[in-house]
Amino acid sequence: MAIVTPLKTAAEQALSQQFANVKAELPGTLPVRKLREDAFAGFEAKGLPHRRLESWRYTDLRGLLREAKPLATAARVTPAITARLAALPFDGVRLVLVDGAFTPELSTLEGLPEGVNVQPLTEALVSTREDLARILSGPSIADSDTGLMLNTALMRDGVFVEITEGTELAAPIAIVSLASGEEETAIFHRSVVLAAKGVKATIVEVSESTGPKASQINGAIVFETGDESDVQHLRLVTRQVPETVQVQSLLATIGAHAKFESFALVCKAATLRQQYFVKYAGEHSEIGLRGVNLLGGAEHSDVTLVMDHAVPHGVSRELFKNIIGGEATGVFQGKVIVRPHAQKTDGGMKSNTLLLNDGASMFNKPELEIFADDVVCGHGATVAQMDGEQLFYLMARGLPRPQAEALVLQAFAGEAVEFVADEALRAFVMAEIEAWLSLREASSVVSAV
Amino acid sequence: MLEIRNLVVKIADEDKQIINGLNLTVNDGEVAAIMGPNGSGKSTLSYVIAGKEDYEVLDGEILLNGENVLEMEADARAAAGIFLAFQYPLEIPGVATMTFLKAAMNAQRKARGEAELLTPDFIKRVNSAADALSIDKAMLRRPLNVGFSGGEKKRMEILQMALLSPSMCILDETDSGLDIDALRIVAEGVNALRDKSRGFLVITHYQRLLDHIVPDTVHVMSKGRIVKTGGKELALELEKSGYAAYAEAA
Repeated sequence: MAIVTPLKTAAEQALSQQFANVKAELPGTLPVRKLREDAFAGFEAKGLPHRRLESWRYTDLRGLLREAKPLATAARVTPAITARLAALPFDGVRLVLVDGAFTPELSTLEGLPEGVNVQPLTEALVSTREDLARILSGPSIADSDTGLMLNTALMRDGVFVEITEGTELAAPIAIVSLASGEEETAIFHRSVVLAAKGVKATIVEVSESTGPKASQINGAIVFETGDESDVQHLRLVTRQVPETVQVQSLLATIGAHAKFESFALVCKAATLRQQYFVKYAGEHSEIGLRGVNLLGGAEHSDVTLVMDHAVPHGVSRELFKNIIGGEATGVFQGKVIVRPHAQKTDGGMKSNTLLLNDGASMFNKPELEIFADDVVCGHGATVAQMDGEQLFYLMARGLPRPQAEALVLQAFAGEAVEFVADEALRAFVMAEIEAWLSLREASSVVSAV
Repeated sequence: MLEIRNLVVKIADEDKQIINGLNLTVNDGEVAAIMGPNGSGKSTLSYVIAGKEDYEVLDGEILLNGENVLEMEADARAAAGIFLAFQYPLEIPGVATMTFLKAAMNAQRKARGEAELLTPDFIKRVNSAADALSIDKAMLRRPLNVGFSGGEKKRMEILQMALLSPSMCILDETDSGLDIDALRIVAEGVNALRDKSRGFLVITHYQRLLDHIVPDTVHVMSKGRIVKTGGKELALELEKSGYAAYAEAA
């Protein structure tokens, strides 16, 4: 019998070489080094994710990464980066990563609210805390993902945020990751948010490039939340340079009687794969994963999530709204697992898509793996065009077509945005959506002329 | 004044002709009723006047105050003064009624080169029009027409008509789905808008609506044409004799 040795692509070979070159200098205690080595071995065995892997079926990373860009090793703080930071509206704590490296001089570390501790990941990785490897690994459902393995092997920096028991934060903590785009680089960063019992906090995660050159970005954020906590997460990927290829993983382990709500706004994100691995560690918790994807041109946005109901009495809701024009592609893969003893699980998953023209596509793949017998779980996926009757009605009242379309699209996206609890952030998200729609409106006026 | 000359219309994607050489004039200040059996082309006529895209005009013209509207998109026709009260008003989830009303009023003002309404002025106008139609203010904060009853939807149409102040109002089976009380409120709303500068085209199956909105002229439509024109007594006559005689005449 012939032994089949898979041929490695140029990018895979380059990644192996890079890891061999840098593994000695990447930060980490012995257990962290072992974590990196194991992850990279796992990656080498499987290679870059490709379309024959079910969980990566619609985002062929092997095809997308023709070459592995050189690893970013330091922050390049350009005038564009400073200008962009000045324009960001978020009050409160701001933790800035530039090219994947934590940049204290751009962050607001002085005057951290009581109960909030922040460490650069480079420091956390060499700390003596015993649970570090466990925290970094996240829920076991993420173990087999090769995109995440690469992040584990090559993560260089990020922030490690700890919020102590009972802390209620008035303002969000923003983790802002900017790629300078001075050179084409590969950026691997990971951040951790540990929210202890009873914590109330909002974490905003921003990922942008200031250009001009495109990066390969592999980012991850790990949440571990305690019992009775209420953690809101808002991710904004709204300004990436074309040709950017980005994998963004979210790992979350949620305590009992807790709430965890994540919302992601994606527009002008080039090629983006968001993957969620979320596990219930305690009973009676509510988890919501929601988002809006606004796609045009040749953009590609993949939302792949695994929701692990490992305990009884969990409530989960997923709602993703996709508006797709141009030649863009949207992907939604949602897997809800209900373990044998996870009775009284209540799960509801929805993906709703409006295709704006013929060239746009959407792939939906909902999966329910239910091993308990007393559960309520449902899913629904719709793909449609804008309703011509609705548009005629609005136009018959005097709204020009672009404005009528914008109103319908805004309302469509708004059904997911309403789950952003913070009022200022919700308004900010709506304003970003309106800005995207008005650009579309302006370009349709141009094309009509 | 609305003038329709020799209008011939087919469904855009089908080989089905619906309007076959229709002629009709509605003068300023006139309330004209169109009656006719199912399938005679009444609703199609209203859509074609308002600018719906599903139809192809093969011949003829539609003039509003001497200007041919057939080249205009629906929004331009609205700004020019045409208003269609829908038989089945559309539900627009996620768009608050107030937001929609303001967008519509300002879009029309903008198209006519007028300044946008200031919010206090806008709210004052909406509140007074809503009161006149017994529309609950809470309804105005809800998404447009979503979950409204049939009667509420029709009252919302008349509210829009009052606020947009068109010169040519087309009511497409506004009486359908209304109980007696709702019919009376809606009819009073329409009557309050009767004005020497405003024309009405009231499309209906039944004479009932015309008891409340008394027309100046009644046209009978059959097979895509006007086959008889008379005064308000024609409606009463039709109620007795039915449409059978006109189906043959067409």
